[in-house]
Amino acid sequence: MSIFESLLNTFETGSGFWNPIVWLVVILIVFLIIHILRGFGNKNYKVDTEQTKPFLSGNPEYSKEKMHIKGSNLYWGFTESLKWIFDNLNKMHTGNTSDYVLWFVIIISVLFLVVGLI
Amino acid sequence: MNFVDFLLQHSPALIVAIPLLGAFLTPLVSRINNKVRNIFVIIILLITTSIVLLLALDVFAGNIHTYIFGAKDLTLPVVRILFEVDAMSAFMAIIGSILLLVSVIYSWSFIEENSGLDKYYTLVLLLAAGMFGMMLTGDMFNFFVFLEITSIASCALIAFWTNKGKAVEAAFKYIVISSLAALFVLFAIALLYGQYNALNIAVLGSVIQFSYLDKIALVLLVAALAMKAGIVPMHMWLPDAYGRAPASVTIILVGATQASLYGVFRVCFTLYGNTINLSPTSIGWIIVLLGVITMLIGVSMALIQSDFKRLIAFSAVAEIGFIFLGIGTGLTLFANNQMFGLIGSTAMSGGIFHIINDSLDVGLLFLVAGAVYYATKETSLDKMGGLARNMKYTTIFFIIGLLAISGIPPMNGFASKLLIYESTFQLNPILAIVAILSSIMLLAVFVKVFHSVFLGPAQPKFKDVKEVPKTMLFAMGIIASIIIIFGLFPDLVINNIVEPAVNALINYSEYIRQVIPTFTGGF
Repeated sequence: MSIFESLLNTFETGSGFWNPIVWLVVILIVFLIIHILRGFGNKNYKVDTEQTKPFLSGNPEYSKEKMHIKGSNLYWGFTESLKWIFDNLNKMHTGNTSDYVLWFVIIISVLFLVVGLI
Repeated sequence: MNFVDFLLQHSPALIVAIPLLGAFLTPLVSRINNKVRNIFVIIILLITTSIVLLLALDVFAGNIHTYIFGAKDLTLPVVRILFEVDAMSAFMAIIGSILLLVSVIYSWSFIEENSGLDKYYTLVLLLAAGMFGMMLTGDMFNFFVFLEITSIASCALIAFWTNKGKAVEAAFKYIVISSLAALFVLFAIALLYGQYNALNIAVLGSVIQFSYLDKIALVLLVAALAMKAGIVPMHMWLPDAYGRAPASVTIILVGATQASLYGVFRVCFTLYGNTINLSPTSIGWIIVLLGVITMLIGVSMALIQSDFKRLIAFSAVAEIGFIFLGIGTGLTLFANNQMFGLIGSTAMSGGIFHIINDSLDVGLLFLVAGAVYYATKETSLDKMGGLARNMKYTTIFFIIGLLAISGIPPMNGFASKLLIYESTFQLNPILAIVAILSSIMLLAVFVKVFHSVFLGPAQPKFKDVKEVPKTMLFAMGIIASIIIIFGLFPDLVINNIVEPAVNALINYSEYIRQVIPTFTGGF
């Protein structure tokens, strides 16, 4: 088998298969279709005029810093609804080296139990 | 004997000796000038990488290399150390050499304005020697020595930015944890030595009985090395250390962590491989469970971080969980030939393939975080935004890293995760569900970073920010290219690199027979 043929091999996973090259070709075709569809869009707008400014229900636009949603605010709903989990996880991460050692001792004890030493 | 054969014969020793010698020469070379020193360090690591690749080519073809330091004759009371390189060791050495080489290229511009760079490069090479030693040695005590060398060099490098108090604190935590782990490893080695009067892994593997003391040694070794590998809940040092070290150091720390992970697998499969049937409760299930917890807690913690590097560090923890899950699944089925053939070997391939994928993906993301810090002097996600306009190439590298770590096709992470999902589903569907959920959350984590750092309106405070220097882009480009190649041609990688490593781990009897030809046990 030539090197080129081996590069195009389908990757057998045991129960399934995966061929990234085929996937890539499909994705390229999809992008091409998107590009063609986008070509039907209106090209007559004027850059750097009122036409390209965001419309915020008639309200003035905030400064650039204020317009950007900060990292901590993303997924607020998700983290807020699972607050009890994240609070407990945060509590676990005390930053105290003694606690780090304590976790090590706990894991050793659990392993001793599981392996049947205690 | 021609030069290549000579090089191949002595390669296990040279891979450790060249960086070690380079480490001691670096302060002298620094006296000439900084540029010469940087070139010297890159050349040292280029030579080492070439020898690693040469050795790996031979080992992947089916030859296990042994190299004896000290007495050759075993009939006398001997003092000797034996290096034994099988495909798994070579696989790990390839990972280590890629990360090291990329790190020193990246360091050229990234830390050029810092003082004490002669010490920095000395420590990097010392860390390289320690890391390669851990991966190539066939001796338990020698493994401990290299573990210590790696830990001490890593600690000093984490604290490299001594002007930042938190870096020193992180280094302190790291050395406490590392010393504790090393102490327990040493204690376990002493237990084995006391019983069998041997330190060589192959010799110990051939005679180990799974006695009461052996069980204690197993627990101590697995727990200590798992802590060094960053397994939850013993991972807490990792975000501190990864988060505070310079990005060029963090990428090497990823390799050092993988070396400890390799230690866990070498202990379970080779040292205790012959006694796996005697284990009352499979150690494999413990590893699977630890893997699942590590994935979930790692990714959950990553989701709520607002510091760029700390966030990646928690994601790195989650990624180690995937590796543990894959290899733990293989270990669970290790004693059952039929099931291992059906599911276990696929899980092992996924787990081992994910070791290299994780190193590359996490490594690239850390380099991107370093590039963003270099350009903006910011690490908080809340204070960044719109950087895609100023840092186009860095943004592209981040997107590649994002897709790869989240397991999105056609990047490398997808192929290894696919193997893990499929095999774990057949062991227990819940495991696969948790793994897929963790991957989705990882995608959410890095979409958050992408939005906070690179998207959004241009920030006036970053209007003067420019793209990072070419050496940093080149370093990121190397890793991004490997990620894409591994993603597009997974079959090639699995057949030529991963499968030999999997076979080396499961065929522990071959490893033992290199030292004890009369050994008859085995898989």
